[in-house]
Amino acid sequence: MRGVGKRFTSGVTALDGIDLDIYPGEFLSLLGPSGCGKSTLLRIIAGLSEPSSGLRRLLLAKDRAGHMPAGRIGFVFQDPTLTPWSTVADNVLLPFRLIGRVGPAERERVAAEICSVGLAGFERTYPRQLSGGMRMRVSIARALVTDPDLLLLDEPFAALDEITRMALNDDLLRLWDNRRPTVVFVTHSVFESVFLSTRIALMTRRPGRIVADVPVELPQPRRRALRTSPHYAALCATISEQLARAMAEPSHTTERK
Amino acid sequence: MGARVQVFAWPNPTIMRRLRIRLWRIAAPLTVGAVLLTLWEIVVRVEAIPPYILPGPLLIAATLWTDGPSLMGSLLVTLRITLAALAAAAVLGGGIALLFSLSRILALSLFPYAVILQVTPIVAIAPLIIIWVREPFLALLVCAWIVAFFPVVANTTVGLNSADRNLLALFRLYGASTGKTLRYLKLPTALPYFLAGLRISGGLALIGAVVAEFVAGTGGAETGLAFRILEAGYRLAIPRLFAALLLLSLTGIVIYLLLDLLSRRLLRHWHESAIDAEEE
Repeated sequence: MRGVGKRFTSGVTALDGIDLDIYPGEFLSLLGPSGCGKSTLLRIIAGLSEPSSGLRRLLLAKDRAGHMPAGRIGFVFQDPTLTPWSTVADNVLLPFRLIGRVGPAERERVAAEICSVGLAGFERTYPRQLSGGMRMRVSIARALVTDPDLLLLDEPFAALDEITRMALNDDLLRLWDNRRPTVVFVTHSVFESVFLSTRIALMTRRPGRIVADVPVELPQPRRRALRTSPHYAALCATISEQLARAMAEPSHTTERK
Repeated sequence: MGARVQVFAWPNPTIMRRLRIRLWRIAAPLTVGAVLLTLWEIVVRVEAIPPYILPGPLLIAATLWTDGPSLMGSLLVTLRITLAALAAAAVLGGGIALLFSLSRILALSLFPYAVILQVTPIVAIAPLIIIWVREPFLALLVCAWIVAFFPVVANTTVGLNSADRNLLALFRLYGASTGKTLRYLKLPTALPYFLAGLRISGGLALIGAVVAEFVAGTGGAETGLAFRILEAGYRLAIPRLFAALLLLSLTGIVIYLLLDLLSRRLLRHWHESAIDAEEE
């Protein structure tokens, strides 16, 4: 990604001059205050939104016609964004339906994926009967079911309580460990980003820019015990301080109208 | 022992509460109805109001019993038109809404005319339609349809445009075609809206059929319930007029209840409107 900028038709500059390389297999967190354009950046990475300036290139395996096959990217929204009229199994099957590939193998993948997010036995349940955390698990299963190379998560756990959030953090790490897709994770929680990522890109707002790029050198695989380790605490403190400093600095570029 | 008592005791309050609510739902309106009917009967008897001005409920019931068979025949005529108009409103109304959602230009250019058709009093245009459409059944059907179709169109159009933005983005991410987006996202989203429109249309179809019959008279065709009401009015057979009226409103209530049942059946798994608060 080179010099990516985004201006909305309302004249607001959401992103300005973003340079970002995302490497295969890494777990990158975009960390910043709300309104700094993290979500916009994620949508540009997903190809759901076009940058108004700059370049976005995605180097994923392409088919012979040069098109990227659908299903190489998984996306988890801030809300579970499930279809309330279909069961858990049908929700997870949705990506295959949309790609036009529904067979016994796909149904098996769906069952396995529901199992791996810990929802075995809930296949025929409707979303409204599930708790918020369980709905988010369904959403994650749906994003992972096509075995994507790139998994994008937009503050997926922001609306959950602390306990559920930690449990889902652990599970997300385990799922990432198993298959190692490239992950871009948007969050405004320092602790969450340090716990999960291999690299953190710090962002500030107005206009949204990346102010620091910090590798997180913590041992893999990470487990729950890490949360109480002094090393983890020290890293969180450093990142918090960097973020605070970046926020205190006046904006370098003048706001364009 | 204590544990056993607890196990058996806990569901009782909820079941009792549910039963009580269900009982109230039926008993409360029935009580109000019974009180009003009794008052009506008392007033008619005490004031000695002649039946050609206001018959008492008992006389109306008796008339319904004696004139019932002939009135039922007329009811069937009206009912046929009503149901045909409702079916046409569902199919054509849904179809129009679908076209509107697929083509913005079509929606922008045609929607005002749907509104015009809706706000023009059917009594005013019914004579024209009866002159233009030779076949009486078809003429009445068209009249009733014009009254009934708009809620379906308006509601379904809103429903088709109400798909969750993030789900739309997700569908785009997986390269979903227009057809698949329609089938797996827009149509299910629109279903509750469509059904809500249909419930309104059910009553309107009946009103449309009755109004059309009023305007058409018999026209040589079979006589519907509306014509029987007119006829009874001319002959000062007021008890029969009331009996026919009663049949008409009962029909309206049954249509509404059936559509409500259909809506609850179709949406019971997921839509808030179909889920009882006590079930939580």
